[in-house]
Amino acid sequence: MKEQAQDKQIGAPMNRVDGRLKVTGAAKYSAEYEIPGITYAVLVGSTITKGRLTSIDTRAAERAPGVLAVITHFNSPKVPGFDTAGKDPSQPATVGGPLKIFKDDLIRFNDQPIALVVADSWERARFAARLVKAQYAKEKHQTNLEANAAQAFLPTSAKKNPKSPMADYQRGQVDAYKTGAIKLESEYVIPTEVHHPMELQSITAHWEAPDRLTLYDKTQGTLATRRDFAREWNLPEENVKVIATFVGGAFGNALHSWPHESAAIIAAKVVNRPVKLMLTREQMFTMVGYRPYTWQKLGMSATPDGKITAITHESIGQTSTYEEFTESTLAQTRMMYQSPNVTTRYRLAALDIGSPIWMRGPGEATGAFALESAMDEMAHLLNLDPLEFRLRNYTDQDPEKNKPWSTKFLKECYQLGAERVGWNKRQLKPGSLRDGDWLIGYGMGVGTFGAHRGAATVGAQLLPNGTVLLQCATTDIGPGTGTVMTQIAAETLGLSPQKITFDLGKSSYPKAGTQGGSSTVNSVGPAVQEACLALKDKLRGIAASSNAAFASAKKEDVTLTDGYLTVGGNAATRVAYADLLRQPEAATAVTVEAKPGPEGQKYSMYSFSVHFAEVRVHQLTGEVRVSKLVSCADAGTIVNEKTAGNQMKGGAVGGIGMALMEHATIDDRFGRYVTKDFADYHVPVHADSPDVQVAFVNQPDPHVNALGTKGIGEIAIIGVAPAIANAIFNATGKRIRELPITPDKLI
Amino acid sequence: MNQFQYVRPTKRQAAIDAVAKDTTAKFIAGGTNLVDLMKRGIMTPQKLVDINRLPLTKIERENNGLRIGALALNSTVADDKQVREKQPLLSLALNAGASAQLRNMATVGGNMLQRTRCSYFYDLAMPCNKREPGTGCGALEGVNRMHAIFGFSDKCIAVHPSDMSVALVALDATVQVSGPRGNRSIPFADFHRLPGDTPEKDTNLEPGELITAVVVPDGPFTKHVHYQKVRERASYAFALLSVAAALDIDGNNTIKAARLAMGGVAHKPWRLTAAEQALVGKPATEDTFRQAAIVAMQGAKAFKYNAYKLKLGPNTIVQALKTAAAA
Repeated sequence: MKEQAQDKQIGAPMNRVDGRLKVTGAAKYSAEYEIPGITYAVLVGSTITKGRLTSIDTRAAERAPGVLAVITHFNSPKVPGFDTAGKDPSQPATVGGPLKIFKDDLIRFNDQPIALVVADSWERARFAARLVKAQYAKEKHQTNLEANAAQAFLPTSAKKNPKSPMADYQRGQVDAYKTGAIKLESEYVIPTEVHHPMELQSITAHWEAPDRLTLYDKTQGTLATRRDFAREWNLPEENVKVIATFVGGAFGNALHSWPHESAAIIAAKVVNRPVKLMLTREQMFTMVGYRPYTWQKLGMSATPDGKITAITHESIGQTSTYEEFTESTLAQTRMMYQSPNVTTRYRLAALDIGSPIWMRGPGEATGAFALESAMDEMAHLLNLDPLEFRLRNYTDQDPEKNKPWSTKFLKECYQLGAERVGWNKRQLKPGSLRDGDWLIGYGMGVGTFGAHRGAATVGAQLLPNGTVLLQCATTDIGPGTGTVMTQIAAETLGLSPQKITFDLGKSSYPKAGTQGGSSTVNSVGPAVQEACLALKDKLRGIAASSNAAFASAKKEDVTLTDGYLTVGGNAATRVAYADLLRQPEAATAVTVEAKPGPEGQKYSMYSFSVHFAEVRVHQLTGEVRVSKLVSCADAGTIVNEKTAGNQMKGGAVGGIGMALMEHATIDDRFGRYVTKDFADYHVPVHADSPDVQVAFVNQPDPHVNALGTKGIGEIAIIGVAPAIANAIFNATGKRIRELPITPDKLI
Repeated sequence: MNQFQYVRPTKRQAAIDAVAKDTTAKFIAGGTNLVDLMKRGIMTPQKLVDINRLPLTKIERENNGLRIGALALNSTVADDKQVREKQPLLSLALNAGASAQLRNMATVGGNMLQRTRCSYFYDLAMPCNKREPGTGCGALEGVNRMHAIFGFSDKCIAVHPSDMSVALVALDATVQVSGPRGNRSIPFADFHRLPGDTPEKDTNLEPGELITAVVVPDGPFTKHVHYQKVRERASYAFALLSVAAALDIDGNNTIKAARLAMGGVAHKPWRLTAAEQALVGKPATEDTFRQAAIVAMQGAKAFKYNAYKLKLGPNTIVQALKTAAAA
């Protein structure tokens, strides 16, 4: 059958290239590799929160059937990289470094791994793990942020660099809202939330030689993982292979290297066999990060005609005692609205808990809950429609950086969303709409996230069978990276997507950054584009030796179809691949790096979103149902409306969880979580989510990259929780400033 | 994993003997709770006596009532034509519980024997008198937003998690059991226990006693019934609080008979007989329901994090009765 190459691949709602593999179970995840001689490891966690491990009795565990080793800090081999003094340069956003597992006897948080049992089956390892008995010298611990707010401190990065985004920010007068005509001052709290991707954090570590390590790992960055563990073991990076072909969701928790990964590598050294380690769902709460509990205070003043005159936004986020984790909680407040006076102050409280890590829409989603709730509160004070209030304070250029936006189509998003949700039904007075015992309300929340782009390299090769193979070390944690890269390549080459293979998820492939911060399409997309253009040029050069038409052709005009290379599809110019491929292999392969240029100096680059919610609140039981949710995004060019829409919907459902149910709660007396499974830690089920409506402005941004993309992953969730909280206020007149908004808060 | 024996008798007496003679043995049917508890090391039976081969799945008429076999699946009972006609409240309560997948595995007998979902019970590193008598109650001064407001003791403030049982206690069901000393019937209200000084005992079953059936007597509650479950998400969550309500209303809108019970408030499904009496003979109006709700809450006492139940309780009773009356 003849495959017709479509002209327009970019934007087409193409099905996922790996969809069938995923739904049939053929896709292999990090815990599914069966290597001969494989062993299984289970971690034992501390049952105290702070203190010292005085002794650990592993005898019963060692005698248990099938057990090969029990590793603790008493017998662990030395990890050479653990002794390197000073801060870990591999963690640019953190000061300190990941926990160095089995290095000392200090207990820094509850469920900190204190032992690892390796056995010939997972069941036997788990059984033996329960037989490990530890003795501790307990010390008084601190796990409550409010109780430790007085000790909150400016992050080290801000102390060292006053221009750091974590430093105190000032434009106009300090705390000017206090003298404003109409003002408010509100405190907001978001609890700890945990990523909980469907796939548990897993790693299979295999020392293929004493100095050669292969890791099948759940990671968002194969190269970051390679770098971290090469450094831990003082190995050249090329001696460490990281494989993450499929990642079953991550939402940020695989952006960091965690102690369980180090533990598996240590264990593989000890037993001299491959070791597979998969965390339990309970361990997912304690040792692989979370969205930190954060307290915020927001002060705002405005003129009676609805112009914001000042905003002050302060926050205290929790971090661990051994690692300073920071995130951009206050970023949106500095640039979203036209206010002459803005003050932001970001602080940390170090508690006896594991380190946090960025969770989808990281700090911005936390900050937007305060900012966008306060916007709603001020609109209510002013007796103004919240959408109108936002329009009156719209920014046509970035007020923080004093630069033009690269593109900003947020007004268009407002319009699209307001129409779809039926914003005209919203009443200014809360509690005006009802259906029996159900109170109905409408709310909105805005989100933004930097349109980040980094360098990326892609290899492209024409194969003898007429297909093109592309390779890149990027990962695909679920957004559909392989699919959209195939589309970009298909369009650039003029080849059918079926003839393109995009291989990803291996550290041995050409370099790309970690999949995080909504940056993959922005970064890898142009590299695919440029690699495909370079490949065409290379082929054109080869063809030129036998066909004059190619000698004068531009690389953009070269098309690959149906076994032939042509100039602009002109049949008369056809050169068969078979002829081209008589050249040595390297001649038909290219590797190209694409990097951002100086545009970032000139423009302020952001994606924008707005979320509109219609909620129903039962006046007797306090139950909330989100009956409509409309998410509109200005994310530049949409490469695939299906996978992009899928990301938006996923983010919106995550926002429902954030608004209404997710809270990881610690009993501070013990420092242990009391919500440690899916019976206690609720995420939305289908019945909690309406059919989320998504609309894209779909206008290219000419400055981020040649594709015009800006990024989707984060803005999908940023602003959703306040949209729902604001809708609840509109329905009930109750302003809930502490998430999640559970029924008990509404009765 | 923990080693255990597994037997699968086909005769009732063999099953009873196997458990009666071995204090470390447990019956297993659907296993939807016991297997979880075993995986976490909370329950460590040395022997599992699988009763799925016993002929206890039937739902049949018996002496002006429905006799529901202990091994009837939750989903089967919820969808059963006779149950839906004669005891629609039971069907509603069953469908409010767990998920479709779990209801397809869980049995009627097993549902009644669910252990509490108290987080302290579920964590081996926390104190819990129910799991390990003498260690103290972690929830008493801990995070107790899910916990009891009725019938608790200073040894245990956990609640029973079953939805089905709330309907069964309201409907005056009886539990039929067979044991080493023969058969007996236990009124549903006496089946589960309050914690007192022995919170480790959830029920009044004697060692080796096997639930064989639940009998629900026919009654007038075939129309005006409702099961109102308030939870933190729309489905698949344990109740913050639930109410089973059944009314018999005559042509003058007067309540001839009423049944009311709450879930998520006590160590057992909590029958509200005084509130029922407050309803009988009164008009089926919101005002009547509010008065009954006040009666229902007498004696309730809250802890640090569950004071909301003192308000959610009466509100949910009113909502359940309103919905039942309108049904």
